[in-house]
Amino acid sequence: MAHQYKTRFGSLKDYDKGRVEPINDDVRHYAFSNCFEIAENSAPYEKVVFGQNMEYVMEVLRAEGNSPWYTCAHDEFALSMDGEVEIHLVKLEDAQTIQDTEKHGAITVEGDPQGTNMGWMKLGRGHQGMLPAGSAYQFRSSQPGVIILQTCKGDLSIERWADICQSA
Amino acid sequence: MANAHGYNDFSLGGFNFARDEYFAHITWETLDGRPMSHTMDAGNFLRALMRDVAWGFFYGWVNFDDVIGTVNHYNTVDLYAGSFNGPMKDAGINRTENFPTDDIRQLFEKMLADWTNDGFDPFAAPQETGSPYGHNNGDNMSAITRARELATRCVGLEGDLALRTDESGAPVNRAFADVPQDAPELHPEPGFENEVHAFNLFAFLSRSQVTWNPSFTSVVKNSFMCPTTEEHILPIIHGNDRVEWFFQMCDEIHWNSDHKETGEPLARVIMKAGDMAAMPAYCRHQGFSPKRSMLLVWENGNPDLVDDIKSGAAPQVPVQF
Ligand SMILES: [Fe+2]
Repeated sequence: MAHQYKTRFGSLKDYDKGRVEPINDDVRHYAFSNCFEIAENSAPYEKVVFGQNMEYVMEVLRAEGNSPWYTCAHDEFALSMDGEVEIHLVKLEDAQTIQDTEKHGAITVEGDPQGTNMGWMKLGRGHQGMLPAGSAYQFRSSQPGVIILQTCKGDLSIERWADICQSA
Repeated sequence: MANAHGYNDFSLGGFNFARDEYFAHITWETLDGRPMSHTMDAGNFLRALMRDVAWGFFYGWVNFDDVIGTVNHYNTVDLYAGSFNGPMKDAGINRTENFPTDDIRQLFEKMLADWTNDGFDPFAAPQETGSPYGHNNGDNMSAITRARELATRCVGLEGDLALRTDESGAPVNRAFADVPQDAPELHPEPGFENEVHAFNLFAFLSRSQVTWNPSFTSVVKNSFMCPTTEEHILPIIHGNDRVEWFFQMCDEIHWNSDHKETGEPLARVIMKAGDMAAMPAYCRHQGFSPKRSMLLVWENGNPDLVDDIKSGAAPQVPVQF
């Protein structure tokens, strides 16, 4: 019989972090971190940058309870690495949309989102959802979970590299 | 004209390529006119050649091993031997030659087609394909001409890259038989069916038929999520011309990071599920994946970056802290 493989995923409750083993280099140049460890040490929905490539970032969000309503001038994508999270979407009216179409990153919507209900989705581990440009979105999660966000660095992005990365 | 082993010889500029039952033989003339040679395992050579062809010479350096490889200049390509090997370069036995991209691409495609035997798939993990060795025996054109799978916005959207299914010829891989195949719950209001969108990325990856071959699955401006499934050894040593990021989504990969000009060892990077790491632009790297694993390669594909790289303005390290 064929060998049964066990695929090892991580979670907030059960993860195993790797490491950089320097030979002749500065380990900080590898910006080595772990999304579950970051989420373990984050407040709900802090947008902690754990990857950046010029203006682009990957952020870790601890999903717990209801997030603020966010909106963004460009598409973003949310990947659940642990837990179930609902994403509710509203097509914003002009007054609440970001006027600068080149604006990078998400901002919070002032007050309740006004516009047409677009619907919602529920993501489990490994599911990736689209957060379309110009919509408002809210995350809702009854249990702590971990979301990875593909986006641009914006006003709400938090950088604490020295706290999250291996430094020696 | 085929040689005694049934394979054609190829030449490009001052480089010559020949294969026999087990090996690829690369020969060149050094800058001061001496003959020089290098030998690679035929399977390893074809696995590297496959990536170089499929990725259009990729970003920066594609080292086939610590001696030969290519550098992409985005409409020309350098082919080199020994030029990024410290001792060989010091000894003056290296050669670098620049070619129009089309010339080297056409030659590499011909060589790949001629040297790949029936039953050997250079994209497959070693346990999942036949032998590359022996006298010339047919070809495997369907395996070596796979189109790259590139979403323009997100996998599964109408008109974009389709989901992988049994019916589309993408069964779940043996090493991912335990990966859940459930779909996200979608509750779009009428008219928003193509905007309230999600897909199961892990299920999509569990159905990848190839190894070490990134697809694009979601795109934000020039930020490309390029996940791939990895098993055994990355068949090239990649020297990027820009910072590159890896997010390990399951299982683990062990990376060697070496200096890209000389090959001197810099670090080992042990990545497990949930780990994020950058590869600085001054390194070259090769990964070892003991079990088939899911790796998110994250690339900045901004075409303007090429000018910053040429002028030295592009950052060498991902972040200062
Ligand atoms: Fe790479």
